[in-house]
Amino acid sequence: MTRRRAVLLVRIAVLAGLTATLEICCRTGLIDPLIVIPPSEMVASMIDRVGSGELDESIVNTFSTIALAFVLAIGCGTLAGALVHRSSRLRDVVDPLLASYYSVPTFIFYPLLVALLGLGKAPLVVLGVLSGAPAVMISTLSGLDSVSPVLLKLARVHRLSPARTLWWIVLPAALPRLFSGFKLALSYALIGVIAGEFILSGTGLGFAISFAYQSFDNRAMYGLMLFVLLIAVTANGILYVWEGRLARRRSTG
Amino acid sequence: MSDAAVSEPSHVALSGVVRQYEGPPAVHALGPIDLTIPRGEFFSVVGPSGCGKSTLLDVLCGLARPTSGSVKFEGSELHGEVPDGIGVVFQEDASMPWLSVRQNVAFGLRTSGLPEKEVAERVDHAVSFMGLAQFSDHYPAQLSGGMRQRVCIARTLVLRPRLILLDEPFGALDQQTRLLMGDELLRLWRETGATVLLITHALDEAAMLSDRVGVMSARPGRFIDMVETGWPRDRDSRVVSNPEFGTVTARLWSSLREESLKTMGRAA
Repeated sequence: MTRRRAVLLVRIAVLAGLTATLEICCRTGLIDPLIVIPPSEMVASMIDRVGSGELDESIVNTFSTIALAFVLAIGCGTLAGALVHRSSRLRDVVDPLLASYYSVPTFIFYPLLVALLGLGKAPLVVLGVLSGAPAVMISTLSGLDSVSPVLLKLARVHRLSPARTLWWIVLPAALPRLFSGFKLALSYALIGVIAGEFILSGTGLGFAISFAYQSFDNRAMYGLMLFVLLIAVTANGILYVWEGRLARRRSTG
Repeated sequence: MSDAAVSEPSHVALSGVVRQYEGPPAVHALGPIDLTIPRGEFFSVVGPSGCGKSTLLDVLCGLARPTSGSVKFEGSELHGEVPDGIGVVFQEDASMPWLSVRQNVAFGLRTSGLPEKEVAERVDHAVSFMGLAQFSDHYPAQLSGGMRQRVCIARTLVLRPRLILLDEPFGALDQQTRLLMGDELLRLWRETGATVLLITHALDEAAMLSDRVGVMSARPGRFIDMVETGWPRDRDSRVVSNPEFGTVTARLWSSLREESLKTMGRAA
């Protein structure tokens, strides 16, 4: 516990030190404020922007899109993973494709998605799902692989129905691996959606950042960037803490 | 107990049981086996590795159907399902890492439909019977291998099985722990009055614990010898110092030696 706390303190100190250095560099003119504004200004700008209410619609839009993409990625990924796991032949076909999937820059399909689905939420959701679902699928496969055969035998000894076997044995046994897929899916959905908004969209936070950038409004751009960063870190942090709580039971100590 | 023994001479009865795995190549894993185990007996099975001991256990509890022949438990034939009254303890660690010791033990009764109070009582009893009372809120990862195996035995115990099947349950444990676990198994057997079938590769374990030991041949597994030990019911691991113990172990080994050599030769 003390070790964990010490690590946490050092981590915070490193981040604080870097932020302070940036602040000093910007204030003393070592870094041109036209290029990077001081972190304190970023915070002030973020509070201005978000507090003004002009971004409310964008925020709701972006995060509902991310949430939808995340949930769909988990649903599709888990289902696809479970289906592939049932058939060893299908597995042989799919495994190498999955392994090389992330070498494909999914973004190049975005113009195609826009052409097919229009400029609304749909292409962004699809992009988010395309980025996140394969990670969930991979982790589902490895999670199902990790269920020990003796536990499945146990289920038969206790005459559990297939649904109960899934719910009481397979899911909890596979959960740690599933969880790492969920964490990746969240990050990928977030990246996919915001980057999509950045490239070709008329709404959302990604668009707002891109718009500020193109109109040389550095103050607004950094404020928004900080906001997106904070949300991403917080969302991941919540999953991280939750996962840690699950994992602590299963480890010694 | 004695009344039941009179009215029902065999608790478990196998007749002409054969188990083949479809190929290619087809494997004749087991049998033919004829075996009757009277109610309340402590019966052990020893045999060379790969002789079909675990297949025998699967067939005995209904996890696998025999290719031919019949398996009867308490007079009724098994049909590919584990019947009520049979508890199984596996060789591998079958504790569930996401459940505490108490929850693991209670898992056995999750589908029983018993009232909560009765479940709690049975779980308490099984947990303290297996010496786990202090650890009831621990998770398996915090326990040693022997303790985890106790959790699995306790989970079987709450079901109040009349037949307990154990597939090399102490195989992964060190010798001292095995001797002590053997004592606990004997105590459990005495106090529950259950019939016990223990599969083991350790001749001394079989000789020390059992009323009767069946020696199996190399694959396809058949019984080639039956050895009555003649120990009193209230025995414990100290029978190893009984001069008879050496005689029993020696006889088991002389029956088994040739069969073990066969499997070695086959493997080489």
